[in-house]
Amino acid sequence: MGKAWTFGDNMNTDEIIPGRFNITTDPQELARNAFCEVKPEFAKNVRPGDVIVAGQNFGCGSSREHAVIAIKGTQVKCVIASSYARIFFRNAVNLGLPILECPEAVAGIREGDEVEVDLSTGLIHNLSTGATFQARPLPEFVLKIAEAGGIIQFLKHHDFQELMGQTGKK
Amino acid sequence: MGTLVEEIFSRKTGRTVKAGDIILVDVDYIMSHDNTTPLAIKAFREIGKPIYDKQRIVLHLDHAYPAPNILAAENHRKIFDFVKEQDLPYLFTQGICHQVMIEEGFVTPGAVIIGADSHSNTYGALGAFGTGLGSTEIAVAWVTGKCWFKVPETIRIELYGQTQPGVYAKDVMLHLAGLLGMNGATYRSVEFGGEYIENLPIHERIIFSNMSTEIGAKCGLIAADEVTIKYLTEQTPALERTKRPLEAIQPHNPRYEQLLQIDVSDLSPQVACHPDVDNVKPLQEVEGLEIHQVFIGTCTNARYEDLEIVASLLRGKRVHPGVRVIVTPASQRIYKKAMQNGLIETFIDAGCVVTNPGCGACIGRHGGVLAPGERALTTMNRNFIGRMGSPQAEIYLASPATAAVTALTGRITDPRRYL
Ligand code: SF4
Repeated sequence: MGKAWTFGDNMNTDEIIPGRFNITTDPQELARNAFCEVKPEFAKNVRPGDVIVAGQNFGCGSSREHAVIAIKGTQVKCVIASSYARIFFRNAVNLGLPILECPEAVAGIREGDEVEVDLSTGLIHNLSTGATFQARPLPEFVLKIAEAGGIIQFLKHHDFQELMGQTGKK
Repeated sequence: MGTLVEEIFSRKTGRTVKAGDIILVDVDYIMSHDNTTPLAIKAFREIGKPIYDKQRIVLHLDHAYPAPNILAAENHRKIFDFVKEQDLPYLFTQGICHQVMIEEGFVTPGAVIIGADSHSNTYGALGAFGTGLGSTEIAVAWVTGKCWFKVPETIRIELYGQTQPGVYAKDVMLHLAGLLGMNGATYRSVEFGGEYIENLPIHERIIFSNMSTEIGAKCGLIAADEVTIKYLTEQTPALERTKRPLEAIQPHNPRYEQLLQIDVSDLSPQVACHPDVDNVKPLQEVEGLEIHQVFIGTCTNARYEDLEIVASLLRGKRVHPGVRVIVTPASQRIYKKAMQNGLIETFIDAGCVVTNPGCGACIGRHGGVLAPGERALTTMNRNFIGRMGSPQAEIYLASPATAAVTALTGRITDPRRYL
């Protein structure tokens, strides 16, 4: 159970963590400045287990993984958004940051609501309103990477080809 | 068979692939720069496996080069050491990564190139699949030579007609960004075509592929035609490096998710206004707005032909005393040609600062930083809050011609007044 922190549409990577802080890749260091311009109180008050709730196209902009690392550093349980920007989505999967896609939940959760999320089923429960939402299921190969804790962990124990089942050719 | 992206992936995998398929692809080149390579090295060490093929790894120092501070210098050091340790053949320090990739001949029709930079879409202008990825996936590709993709659906944008004098490819692309929005092509391949695109030289086609990133696209492709082949044949490295013959690639019986047809004939100069790249207005709506800095540079608009337009408007004149004007050629090759042909002299005589090639002021880390309350007009591709320095500064995007005349007056100015 955690508190919801809400953000709007098109949150870009510079808003998640401004470029001037990207001289480090230390998660705690980056987390200290996460969302510092759009929501200055966030970094100080976010607690492990809280949840980020955002609109469409979350994480658009740069390819930098700093945005994902900064969010991981805040120790939020997951991000719930209506949709993700392409590179952010891949980066989150590769680095093992849990992300859920669920526009209904985004519409039904307000700042400060108490939210419970079951990552294995994608069930999102807003304890403050009693509403329940079901997030979109992730593609199977994405789940495999996520379950391993990210692509690096996955590759330590598996072959890349395994991800594709029979579809990998060449 | 299919859209351009399906064509490229089908040729690459040797079987017919369709939108929605998840495929594992052998990548031709894996690009990264000083900003993203250190993280890739870290991930590479964690994976703990050897490099698959050194010839596919292309590294650049361009985002903050030469180093403006100790941390940047440390990043460069890490990369130099890594190149030595792994004996890597390609490390470039001669300009913006995307421009150098093209100049050095890594980008050819049908190639699959991944880059740890969101504007790797740029390579689509030559009929290559180019896309941006994070550093971890770059490291994964270093050790596997491969990358997975979901073959995207395609939005085809057909442009026809001819732009009026004073209106450029950049204006057309800004107009498209305004029309489609930042989310307009997320996860999609965008195919630019039609008579207008077919008639464009490569340096202007690049603007479309480059800025397809701004509308969320996975790639921004333009069919490889005679113009493409001619452009590449005139560059020796392309012929030396390409593993395949240079060939035209066109869509075949494509099925598009969406087809847009747009006539560019009546378009006026456009400006993307603070704070979003899709906040695009016809220039006349913001004409007269005071500007404190003009920046002519970046992977979008700092090619030789762009500099030529700027120089033609500045020749024999002085920029407005209240404006800092920075010119940053995209590469050393462009810089040299501009010098040989007197462009650099024109810029200096007009009162501009000419910097070394690279990303420069684009990311507010290497000169040209904005103060709170300042307003910049630039030839860049994005105007995120805080990108060029203070989050209280504003960034406006426009064509090189608009930038040049704005430099003269200190206010957003319509280049058509100077024709
Ligand atoms: S010039 Fe700007 S947009 Fe282009 S690669 Fe460099 S930082 Fe990115």
